[in-house]
Amino acid sequence: MDTFQQALAEQVAEQHRHHGKALFFYVWGALLVMTAIEVYLTYQHMQPVKMLTILLGLSFIKAALIIGYFMHLKYEVSRMKWLTMCSVVACLILMTIFFFPDARRILELGVK
Amino acid sequence: MADSALQNIPSVYEPSLFGTYSKKIGMWLFLLSDTLTFGALLYAYSYGRISTGGWPTPFHSESIINATIMTAFLLTSSLTMVLAVRASVHRDAKMQTLWLLATMLCGTGFIVLHGREWSNLIAEGLSLPMFPKVPHHQVAAEFVNVSKTVPQFAATFFGLTGMHMLHVTLGVIYLGVVALRRKFIPILLVLWLVAWLGTPAYSPFHYGAHVLLIAAVVCGIILWLKPKVYDSSDVEVAGLYWHFVDLVWMFIFPLVYLMSAKIL
Repeated sequence: MDTFQQALAEQVAEQHRHHGKALFFYVWGALLVMTAIEVYLTYQHMQPVKMLTILLGLSFIKAALIIGYFMHLKYEVSRMKWLTMCSVVACLILMTIFFFPDARRILELGVK
Repeated sequence: MADSALQNIPSVYEPSLFGTYSKKIGMWLFLLSDTLTFGALLYAYSYGRISTGGWPTPFHSESIINATIMTAFLLTSSLTMVLAVRASVHRDAKMQTLWLLATMLCGTGFIVLHGREWSNLIAEGLSLPMFPKVPHHQVAAEFVNVSKTVPQFAATFFGLTGMHMLHVTLGVIYLGVVALRRKFIPILLVLWLVAWLGTPAYSPFHYGAHVLLIAAVVCGIILWLKPKVYDSSDVEVAGLYWHFVDLVWMFIFPLVYLMSAKIL
């Protein structure tokens, strides 16, 4: 690694040194609790669409916690946060645009 | 503030746009592209699910408990991984190695439980044409003809979870190299032999075990060409990959397992 890269790596390491251990345990606990809620809901025989909505909502919250705290994105510079997240969300929206109309047709007209 | 601090670091290159070192940016770019791979697989699974009548719901309470324990293993491995990164930035080499080994242990637990889940499903009759036939066994009544009438289930389920299992396996190997360097190669070869010889010839894992051999060769070449002591930046980059496989499972678990549960 050249001097610049080493200086950057050291600066990132310095940022990490300021984070307490407790925060990671709180995030881990929150993730486990949300997983327990998901499993509990499975045993409640809910309506599938309602259950899917809740499960996906919880999954996105869990994903945000993992990306933000475990993957450290919350502490990166704003350019890094916005460019990475906007690009991936844009691609996933494109996939949804292709997928969703046909899925909706199937849901409304039924499986033939 | 971080942006302005970076401008002061002298270099022959332009300042980093993302305010971090190149390896980390490279890993983020890889992970973004991998997100699209898993996104496409999850969309394919979901589309198959809603567009196909008679979609099997093979996950009984036992499977759900198994998958929940797998999830707990992965979440715990993410915690041990951040603790490994934390130890590495504090230059505590011993704790760094211990936390990395703990992460690998949790990852291996996940793979073993997942392998058991696969084996049970295959034994019950949910299989792919490419998998060898299980000799002398009775297909479970509820899955008779499922592989013929709803082949999308086996294709999407084994495709999606198999891709994830491959990522977890490669993640464990990656962490093994970072934690133990050259010492990990003989361990990997022993694991390959155990996985290959310890699984019956009709199991997909009998052939899948060769991934470990290929990985041992590739890792051996890398470590031979570029031997180095991995520092905190390498541990952090490995951690990004590991958290990503955890992240993907947070969508596979509810969409594949919980939405196809059969709780009586």
